[in-house]
Amino acid sequence: MNNRAHNPLFHVSRRAALPWYRAWGIRAGALIIALLAGALITNLITGLNPLEVYATIWQGSFGSARRTWVLFQNIAMLLCVSLAITPAFRMRCWNLGGDGQMLIGCLATTACMILLGGKLPNWAVILCMLVSSVLAGAIWAAIPAIFKARWNTNETLFTLMMNYIATQLVAYYIIIWEVPKGAGKIGIINQSTQAGWLPQIGSYKYLLNILVVAVVCFLMYIYLNYSKHGYEIAVVGESERTARYVGIKVDRVIIRTMFLSGAVCGLAGMLLVGGTEHTLTTTITSGRGFTAVMVSWLAKFNPIWMVLTSFLLVFLERGAGQIATSFGLSASYADILTGMILFFIIGSEFFINYEIKFRHAAGKGE
Amino acid sequence: MFDFVSFIPRAVMQGIPLLFGSTGETLTEKSGNLNLGIPGIMYVGAISGVMGAFTYEQSVGAANVNGFLAVAIPLFCCLLGSFLMGLLYCFLTVSLRANQNVTGLALTTFGVGFGNFFGGSLIKLSGSDVPAIVLSATSSYFRRTLPISGSTGWFGKVFLSYGFLAYLAVVIALVAAYILKRTRVGLHLRAVGESPNTADAAGINVGRYKYAATCIGSMIAGLGGLYYIMDYTSGIWSSDAFGDRGWLAIALVIFTVWRPNVGVLASFLFGGLYILHMYIPSGMNLAVKELYKMLPYVVTIIVLVISSMRNKRENQPPASLGLPYFREER
Amino acid sequence: MSLDNKTAAVKMRNITKRFGPVLANDRVWLDIYRGEILALLGENGSGKTTLMNMLSGIYFPDEGSISIDGRDVVIRSPKDAFDLGIGMIHQHFKLVDVLTAAENIVLGLEGKLDLKAASAKIREICDAYGFEVDPNQKIYDMSVSQKQTVEIVKVLYRGADILILDEPTAVLTPQETDRLFAVLRNMRDAGKAIVIITHKMHEVEALSDRVAILRHGQFIGDMPTKKTNAQEMTNMMVGHAVTLNIDRPDPVNPKPRIEVRGLTVRSIDGILKLDDVSFTANSGEILGIAGISGCGQKELLESIAGLQPVEAGSISYIEDDGRREELIGKDPLSIAEMGVSLSFVPEDRLGMGLVANMDLADNMMLRSFRKGHSLFTDRRTPKELAQAVVQNLEVSTPGISTPVRRLSGGNVQKVLVGREISSAPTVLLTAYAVRGLDINSSYTIYDLINRQKRNGVAVIYVGEDLDVLLELADRILVLCGGKVSGIVPGRGASKRDVGMMMTKLGGRADE
Repeated sequence: MNNRAHNPLFHVSRRAALPWYRAWGIRAGALIIALLAGALITNLITGLNPLEVYATIWQGSFGSARRTWVLFQNIAMLLCVSLAITPAFRMRCWNLGGDGQMLIGCLATTACMILLGGKLPNWAVILCMLVSSVLAGAIWAAIPAIFKARWNTNETLFTLMMNYIATQLVAYYIIIWEVPKGAGKIGIINQSTQAGWLPQIGSYKYLLNILVVAVVCFLMYIYLNYSKHGYEIAVVGESERTARYVGIKVDRVIIRTMFLSGAVCGLAGMLLVGGTEHTLTTTITSGRGFTAVMVSWLAKFNPIWMVLTSFLLVFLERGAGQIATSFGLSASYADILTGMILFFIIGSEFFINYEIKFRHAAGKGE
Repeated sequence: MFDFVSFIPRAVMQGIPLLFGSTGETLTEKSGNLNLGIPGIMYVGAISGVMGAFTYEQSVGAANVNGFLAVAIPLFCCLLGSFLMGLLYCFLTVSLRANQNVTGLALTTFGVGFGNFFGGSLIKLSGSDVPAIVLSATSSYFRRTLPISGSTGWFGKVFLSYGFLAYLAVVIALVAAYILKRTRVGLHLRAVGESPNTADAAGINVGRYKYAATCIGSMIAGLGGLYYIMDYTSGIWSSDAFGDRGWLAIALVIFTVWRPNVGVLASFLFGGLYILHMYIPSGMNLAVKELYKMLPYVVTIIVLVISSMRNKRENQPPASLGLPYFREER
Repeated sequence: MSLDNKTAAVKMRNITKRFGPVLANDRVWLDIYRGEILALLGENGSGKTTLMNMLSGIYFPDEGSISIDGRDVVIRSPKDAFDLGIGMIHQHFKLVDVLTAAENIVLGLEGKLDLKAASAKIREICDAYGFEVDPNQKIYDMSVSQKQTVEIVKVLYRGADILILDEPTAVLTPQETDRLFAVLRNMRDAGKAIVIITHKMHEVEALSDRVAILRHGQFIGDMPTKKTNAQEMTNMMVGHAVTLNIDRPDPVNPKPRIEVRGLTVRSIDGILKLDDVSFTANSGEILGIAGISGCGQKELLESIAGLQPVEAGSISYIEDDGRREELIGKDPLSIAEMGVSLSFVPEDRLGMGLVANMDLADNMMLRSFRKGHSLFTDRRTPKELAQAVVQNLEVSTPGISTPVRRLSGGNVQKVLVGREISSAPTVLLTAYAVRGLDINSSYTIYDLINRQKRNGVAVIYVGEDLDVLLELADRILVLCGGKVSGIVPGRGASKRDVGMMMTKLGGRADE
C-alpha cells in the first residue's frame, strides 16, 4: 500500500479574475512562442533561417499591392463568416455549419446571376441576389435551429451534416449549369455582360466587400453588446433556466439567432460570388466556416477582437502559402503552421484560468 | 436487377474506414471527450503508414519487400502517428482543460494539412508523373485474402474477399462493445463519461481513463485511414482522397447510439449509401448522382432527430460529453 | 472518561484550505474515534463539508497533516481514502444515473467485473443492517431515500470503517430518518467510526456521542453530547448567544390576492408532484410553506410564477378592486404584461435567479431589459439600481461590474432579493431565502421580507427551518407529499404539531 506517501509536486487551482491586460499578455506570449516554434520547424524542413522565414511570410501577405488586397479580401471573407456564427456561439449553440450556410448563399447568388442576368436590370438582379442569398443561408441555419429548439437535437452534428448536403446540392447545380456541357464546371458567369457582378469602387476590385464587412462588423458589435436581442442571446447562452425564469422565449431566441447567423453567412456567400469569384465551385468557401469557429473563439466572441484574430489566421495562411510556393512545398504547409499556432494559443488559455502552485517538500510522511 | 454480389463487398469496403473511425470515436466519447479531430487523426494515421511503407519500399526496393515487415512497419507508424495526435488532444483538453470543439477543429486542420503536406512531399520525392504515391507492393500484402475466397462463389465474394484489416475492424468493434458492456474497465469508462465527479469520488482516475480512451480511440481511428490507403485504394495516396469520411465516422457514432457492435452493420449501411449513386441507373444524368451522394448525411440527420425526439435515457450521449473536468470546481 | 482512553482513528491537525480569496478551513484540529458517532456541527458555510472532503480525498489541503491510527498519511484522491477505510456519503449523491445500483456500488473497485457476485454481497449487507436495495434497479428510477441507501451500501461494500455522512437527513422523511439512525447506531456498536455533518440540533442530541463545532472555518471545540445542551451548542456555532427573535408585525388589512384551487401538477416523468392543492394568499401577510424538501414546494411556486405546466386547477390573481385574472397557461412574460407585478426569488440563485457570469448591473437588467420601445437596452437605470442595492442592502462586492459568481452566498442572495423587490411587487414568492446564509444576512433578508409585508405585498415564503417559519409567518401551509396537510396560524402553532403534519397527512391537528 502507499505508506511511503509523499505530497504531490504541484497543485492546480482556479484563478480569481486576471486583469485583461495580463490575460492578453499571456495570449501574446503564447503567440510569440508559437511563431518561434513555427520558424524552427520551417527551418528544419526548408533550411531557411527564421528571419528569412518571417520575411517570406511578410512577403506573402504584403509583398505587393495585389497581395495586400487579396490579404484584406480574405480577411474580410473570413471575418464575415466569423461574425455570422458569433451570435450562435454566444448562445452556446455550436453552429459548425457556417460553410454550408455560406455555400448555399453562393448557390442562391449564382442562380440569380445565371437565371436572371440579362433579363432584369442589373440593380434588380443584385437585389434578388442579396435577398435570395441571405434567405437561403438563414433557412439553412434555421432548420437545425428548429429541431434544437423543439427537441434539443444536437446542433453541432446537425449543422455539420448540413454542410455536406449543401455541397452536394451545389455539385448538382454545377452539372445542371455547366458551361460547356460536360466540362463539370461553371466557369466565369456572365463574363461578357457582367450581369449581377457587384459594382467595383474605382479600380479596387475588393474594396466593396471589405467595406461591407466592416459595416457588418460594426453592426454586429452593436447588436451583440447593446441591443435587447444581444442581451437575450447572452442570457440564453449562460443559463436557459434563467432565461425562462425572466420570460425569455428560449426556442424563439434560438431560432431567431441561428436565422441571423445563417443570413450573414448567406451574405458572405453573395459577396464572394457576386463580388470577386463570379463562379461557383463546391470548394469555393475554402473551409472558412471551420476556421471561423477558431477566429470567433480566439477573440472570445468579441467582434472587434475578431478583426485581429482573423487577420492573424489569414496572414499565417498567406504567409505559409508563400513559403510553400517559394520552396516548392505543398500548399498544405499553411494548415500545419496554423494548426500548430492554434495549439499554443488554445493551450495558453489554461494559464489564464488556472494557476499552478508548487508545493514545498515539507510534510513528508513517515 | 440490382447486383448485390458486387455491391455488398464495395459497401463493406467503404464502411470499414467508417467503422474504425466510429469505434475509436465511440470509445473517446464514452470518456466524455468529443473529439472533432477524428478526421485529422485519420489523415495522420494514413500518411504515417504511407511514410513508413514508402521509406521501407524505397530502402529495399519494391521487389524485395518482406511480407511481415511490409505490414508491420506501416501498421506501427500509423498507430504511432494517431497515438500522438490523441495525446495532443488529451493534453490540451484534459490536462489544460481547453475547449474540446476548438481543439478538435484545430486538430483536424492540422491533421489534414499534415497528411496532404507530407503526401505532397513524398509525391515529389518519388518523382512520379501522376500526383499520387503508389505503394502496390505493400498494398498487396494488406489486400491478401484467404485463398479459398475466390473459389466459393458469391459466399466468398461477400464474406471472404477482404484484407485482414477489415476483419480486424469488426473484431475491434465487437471487442470494444464487450469491454464497454461487460468489463470493469468499461463500467469505469462509462462512469467517467456520464459523471466524472462520481467516478472521481469512487476512486477512478478520471484523467487516466480520458487519456487512455482517447488515445486508444485515436489509434483505432487512425487504422481507418491506413485501411483506406493500403486496401481500398490499393496503396495509392493522392491529396484529399480520404475526403470527409472522418466526419461521417463521427455521425455514425450518433447513428449507432454509442454502441460499437451496432456500428458493424451501420457502417456497412453507410458505406452502401456512400456508393449507392454508382449503382443507381441514372443514364446520362450525372447531376442526379450528386443528389444520391447526400444520402448518408440525410440519413444521419434523420437518426439524430429521431433519437432526440425519442429521448430515451439509454440512447443519450454521455452526460458530460464536451465538458472539461476539474475536481475542485466550485 | 472512557472516550478519552481510546486512540483516535483519525487525527487532523492544522488543516487549512483556501478557495481563491475564501478561507474555508483555518488551522482545524479534529479527532475521530472508533465506536463513536461524532456530530460535526456548524452553520452553513462554516467549512464542515470542506473539511470532510479533504478526509475523503475530494479536496487536497493547502496545509496541515492527517494521520490514521497514528500513522501519517497523505490522501490525494478518493481512492487513497478508500484504501484507508474512509467512506463519505455526500449530500449530493455521487451516483451515475444510467447505471444500476450494483454497477454504482462496485464502481471504482478492482478485479473482474462479476455483477452476480456483487449482487449477492449487496443482499448480504442489506440483510445485516436492514436495508432494501434492488441491485438491478437503475438509479434514475429511484427515490432520494433509495439513492441514499445505495450510497451507504456502497461505502459498506468497500469495507469502510470510518463513515462520513454529509447532512444525510435533509432529504428524508422522519420515518426514514429514524431508520437511518438505527442503522448508524448498529454500525457504531460494530466498532465503526461515524461522522455526521449536520446543523440540526435535535439530530445531534438524538444520535451523537460527541459533538465538534466549526465556525467560519475554525475549530471552536468539542465535547461529549451528554455534557452539553442545545443552547450552548448554538452559542458556539454562531459565536454569540442568540435567541431567534424575528419581528412579526400584524398584517394590515389583509385581502385575498392569490387564490389557488385544486392545483395538480405532474413532473415530466409523470410523477404526481402537487395533488389538489387549494389555498389563498393574502396581501400584507406572510404565508409560510412548510414541508420536507421535495414535497411540491418548488412546483407550487413555479406554477404561480408561470414556469410550470399545470395538469388541473386554477390560480387566480385578485386585484384590489376584486377583478380576477387567471395565471395558469401564462408564461412569466404574459403575466407581467397583464400588469401583475409578481416577484420570485427561486431556490437556485445562480442557476435560475441570476446569471452567474454576468455582473451586478447586467443581472439587474434581467427583469427590466424589455422596457421601452428602443431596440437597445437601457444600461444606465440598471447601473443605478445596482448601486442602490449594493448600498441599501450592504452587499459586499468590489464593484457593480463584478460577476455575481464571485460574491459569497449571502451577497448573491441580497442582490437577487434586492432586484426582485425593486419592482414594487404585489406578490413575492421566495424559496429557501436564507439557505446557506450566515445569521446576519438571514436577518437582513427577514427584515426585507417583513418590509414588503408592511407595504401590502402578499408574501409566500417557502422555508426549511421550522423555528423560523413559526416566528416569521402569519399562517403556515404544510405540504406533505404534494398535498395540503393543513394550514395553521403562525402565532401559537407548536413546532411538534407542524412537524407531525409534515410527515403525516393532517398530522395530529386533524380538526
